Amino acid sequence: MKFLQRNCRQVTELVLAGEDRRLGLFERWSVRAHLEVCKACPRFVRQVKLMRQALPRWRAYRESLD
Amino acid sequence: MSDFAEAVQALRPQLMRFAHAQLRNDAWAEDAVSETVLAALAKPQAFAGQSQLKTWLVGILKHKLIDQIRRHSREVSATTDEDGEDIDGLLFDETGTWREAPAEWGDPEATFGQRQFFEVLEVCVEELPGVQGRIFMMREWLELGTEEICKELKITATNAWVLLHRARLRLQMCLQERWFGHKPAAV
Repeated sequence: MKFLQRNCRQVTELVLAGEDRRLGLFERWSVRAHLEVCKACPRFVRQVKLMRQALPRWRAYRESLD
Repeated sequence: MSDFAEAVQALRPQLMRFAHAQLRNDAWAEDAVSETVLAALAKPQAFAGQSQLKTWLVGILKHKLIDQIRRHSREVSATTDEDGEDIDGLLFDETGTWREAPAEWGDPEATFGQRQFFEVLEVCVEELPGVQGRIFMMREWLELGTEEICKELKITATNAWVLLHRARLRLQMCLQERWFGHKPAAV
């Protein structure tokens, strides 16, 4: 499964790309495979998730300001 | 001046702030806001109190902002040196490994319960450089898809993705530095 191997930089890129486009099957597999063996990247994934959840609230927050 | 016209004019400074955050250009922002105010005053019956006046005006403003972006697409998408900066190089070494592992940010709900977090987020978004900032705002505030962003700015999808990638990384770094790096260790 060597062709699926990605380093942290490449996985980070795919994780962020997932916010703006749909990832392909191989891309998703390679991310998943990396996350299973990496300690650092799952934290980044959680950070991205937090940012994704924060943004709609940020829209509401800024439009409610006086 | 009617009460309605007065209420609309009173919201002008706020509309200006939104317009400026999106366009990052005083003259274009001024145009977008003026067009918004004119459109609102020309059709007061369209408001009919079905929502808050501000919400209604921001809705009109968003359309006017897209008009401005379309009109100035070439300048809007002209990248600066800052846009080209290699953000990834700061975070990863030559082998593509994290120089410093990302921190644990903890429970999102606990974070969102703090109003100050959104103040910091707002500052971080405003500090995104040039085209990255505009594209990020188009995506996350105007809520446009990348396809539409590319159409309005006449740039390629790859180009848009690269800029969004850098904007999101900068945002992550900014939040780490200004918020998560400062609070007591996550529970």
